[in-house]
Amino acid sequence: MIVDDTGLRASVLEEGLREAGYDDIHIVPPRGAFVARIERMAPDVVLMDLGSPSRDTLEEMLVVSRALARPIAMFVDQSDDDMIGAAIDAGVSAYVVDGLRKERVKPILDLAIRRFNAFARMQSELDEARSALAERKTIDRAKNILMTSRNLSEPDAYALLRSTAMNQGRRIVEVAEALITASDLLGGRA
Amino acid sequence: MTPLSVAYLPLADSAVLVAAKEKGFAAAHDIDLALVRTESWATLRDRLVYGQVQAAHMLAPLAIAVTLGLSQHPASLSAPFKLNVNGNALAMATDFAAALDPDPARRIADPIAAAHDFATAIGLHRRKPVIGIVHRYSSHALMLRYWLGYAGIDPDRDLALRVLPPSLMVEAMRGGEIDGFMAGEPWSSVAVQEGLAEIVAVGARIWQRGVEKVLAFRTDWMEARPELVDRLLVALDRAAAWCDDPANREELAELLARPAYVGRATETILPALSGRLALRAADHPVELPDMMIFHREAAAFPWRSQALWIYSQMVRWGMAEPSEQAERQAAAVFSSDVYRRALAGTGAPMPGASMKVEGALTTPTAVGSHRADLTLGPDRFFDGRIFDPADLAAYLEGLRPR
Repeated sequence: MIVDDTGLRASVLEEGLREAGYDDIHIVPPRGAFVARIERMAPDVVLMDLGSPSRDTLEEMLVVSRALARPIAMFVDQSDDDMIGAAIDAGVSAYVVDGLRKERVKPILDLAIRRFNAFARMQSELDEARSALAERKTIDRAKNILMTSRNLSEPDAYALLRSTAMNQGRRIVEVAEALITASDLLGGRA
Repeated sequence: MTPLSVAYLPLADSAVLVAAKEKGFAAAHDIDLALVRTESWATLRDRLVYGQVQAAHMLAPLAIAVTLGLSQHPASLSAPFKLNVNGNALAMATDFAAALDPDPARRIADPIAAAHDFATAIGLHRRKPVIGIVHRYSSHALMLRYWLGYAGIDPDRDLALRVLPPSLMVEAMRGGEIDGFMAGEPWSSVAVQEGLAEIVAVGARIWQRGVEKVLAFRTDWMEARPELVDRLLVALDRAAAWCDDPANREELAELLARPAYVGRATETILPALSGRLALRAADHPVELPDMMIFHREAAAFPWRSQALWIYSQMVRWGMAEPSEQAERQAAAVFSSDVYRRALAGTGAPMPGASMKVEGALTTPTAVGSHRADLTLGPDRFFDGRIFDPADLAAYLEGLRPR
């Protein structure tokens, strides 16, 4: 049982679990009557994003539910602090039915931690690529402004942006943004 | 500077922590405060218990529940500082509120009548009213239970209490999933301003000086670092004084409104801070000067009797098994000794005792104190009942339905 909104992360995790030979996997988004769905499915292990605001809702269900015959507690083995630390760092919480053997649960949690981490890396690389692209566009616009307003060549416009940034101890993209704002205020077209 | 991470939830009563960081009170005491925004109480608890943060902005009953082993992994927690007193409100959908006194100001002025009206309204409603609470172990939920219990309502039988994160309450209300909710501000004010709900009760009128959030540490961590803990408490005391000063309200509301903190419009945050609360959309706000208190009356002092009141309610509603050991553990969560040690010599008014009879003061009263004068505000429970921490059993007996 995986409780998650992010379609992609949930499928990355599901794929990993299936490869490892687990086949009874359900993904439930934490919305509306998700608690009732979980109760009906009576899962052995529930994996949930630590950042989800709905964790309190899930825990309340674990306290009051009569449908779940066995209590569910968080994490596998409270003595394994390293693993719990790794899980929290990765942003995953796991609720496990009491009596499920430790050896059976540990690989699931290990796998969830690895997949959550891999997904977070992917996400941050994607964000970096996006912001790099946005920065390049800003610098291009600023170059264009300098080329039209001061009749500079493209390399000269870039050199001017770069030397200004160095002199002011700022990043080129910050100088470019300031230039675009100023140009917009002065009614210039870029 | 000593780095220190504190987890918090985006609520108006994270104010003291936000001010400590943004107004430089922490830095002035050589602490580099990192505030870790957290979306659920479960994650806040885990971050504290497993050492990802050193302290947390925690629901007082949750700190007690974790210590008693009632909320996942048991861990001994200590709360040497209350981050605020009061600050929550019960908002009910406009159709439900229509069955109560037509004047919203009268509802909150007379909680006894309002509790009886509420009991009647339950029968008239089209379904068992679904009420959102933020956590089983929240001050708000205990306050709601206390208030409705007076009118013979058994919250576990007559209501459907649904746990939802505060930030999702307004959406759940709009979607008709819940008929009302009790949460910390600004969420009730947001629901009122959007015309979805009316405020029908406020915590400050159920228990005039109700415990809300505390600063919680792991006990072993706190005991190993007395010097750092003392510095932090002094910084928070300064920050709380700044937050309580009416001259700083606008600035505080703007700080909290930032996306990194509560992330809602200043107008939704200001009512709780200024004590001017609109109970119904387009109505004139009512004056509730004690809507949220940060500093005056030694508000941050963790009275052990207040921890015991919380414990008494947990026992009352079957959440905790009563035992002498549990009673001792619960009282010890409120570490008034650490507060005393940290703020001794700062000129802060210091109560002479660590326990008091709760609910006995009907008017502001000067009390025994070291150094500066200390006046405690009225701390009545709306039903006039008095909580004597020395005789818990008799108190609980008196609360049993007859």
